[in-house]
Amino acid sequence: MRVGVLYSRIRKDEKLLLSELRDRGHEVEKIDVRKERFGLESTTANVADLDLVVDRCLSTSRSLYATKFLDSYGVPVVNSPETGDVCADKAKNSLALAEADIPTPATEVAFTKETALEAIESFGYPCVLKPVVGSWGRLMAKIDTRDAAEAILEHKETLGHYEHKVFYVQEFVDKPGRDIRALAVDGEPVAAMTRSSDHWLTNAAKGGETESFELDDRALELVERASNAVGGGMLGVDLMEVGGTDSGEYTVHEVNHTVEFKALDSATDVNVPAEVVDWLEAKAAAAANGEEVTA
Amino acid sequence: MPIRGRLSLTMTSDTDTLLAEDPITGEEIELPADVEVGEIIDSPVTGTELEVISLDPVVLEEAPELEEDWGE
Repeated sequence: MRVGVLYSRIRKDEKLLLSELRDRGHEVEKIDVRKERFGLESTTANVADLDLVVDRCLSTSRSLYATKFLDSYGVPVVNSPETGDVCADKAKNSLALAEADIPTPATEVAFTKETALEAIESFGYPCVLKPVVGSWGRLMAKIDTRDAAEAILEHKETLGHYEHKVFYVQEFVDKPGRDIRALAVDGEPVAAMTRSSDHWLTNAAKGGETESFELDDRALELVERASNAVGGGMLGVDLMEVGGTDSGEYTVHEVNHTVEFKALDSATDVNVPAEVVDWLEAKAAAAANGEEVTA
Repeated sequence: MPIRGRLSLTMTSDTDTLLAEDPITGEEIELPADVEVGEIIDSPVTGTELEVISLDPVVLEEAPELEEDWGE
């Protein structure tokens, strides 16, 4: 197949993906979105005759716009702009999960310091304040006292960007020192791992220790439903165990749409890039048959 | 304007590496031969993230700084 890869930075994840695509003899068109222009009817990017484009943009804003434009030209793109739109915003993400009746941490959004403080007080301490857009655990705050809440809210109000004035407040989930990351393609798990840390943030990007994890039936069901809830695609579904490691109960706190997989590839025996390319090949074949490429 | 360093495409004699100029220090550094345009590498001299701008000639540039909307 002839596959386009949208990017602005080649990380190890993209390197693994590019190697796997080329090893299989696929023709790869690397599209650095920083160098292209996107018009209402066409783009400077060489997307003619591509069987599929896979979005690997590191920047959420570029990802959302570039996929939206390509989709408008009729270029098959994964993940879809609709999936990206839901996943890129934590508030939309939480709403999609709740609407699908998937267990997810209790969440409130407020637009002023005063109402955000009310939300925080109603959750009690500790609770969590997150930016609606962002990743890798950045600018996330676990709030233990009212004094801390007031200080953090004041700081956020002065940060400048309007998104920092959308206060996303969430209950603190007392997870057992780890959370779970599952990579799934249209709801079908490819691999899963735990991310453990003494810190409340367990993201691999924050130095969390990773270990392969076998999803049980309940987790499998939640991964599939969470994928469907955001529109399907290649997704990183994040779960936390509720009530300890043996409870078999989970809450899904987030679904990521430009999922990194290098940590998962290292932590598990699964050849993650190979599984991803299997899926891309299936998507390209479906697109060639005139089928929608999203789930 | 980011600092750039360039050096002609040079395969080292006995390894699968390329030579390039570190844009920060001007020192010659080795890159894996399979390096990609757009790839980010850590400078072995300073640890600074460098972006591969081109391969022929090999041009490195200081990588863009982290922005708020980067991530998954």
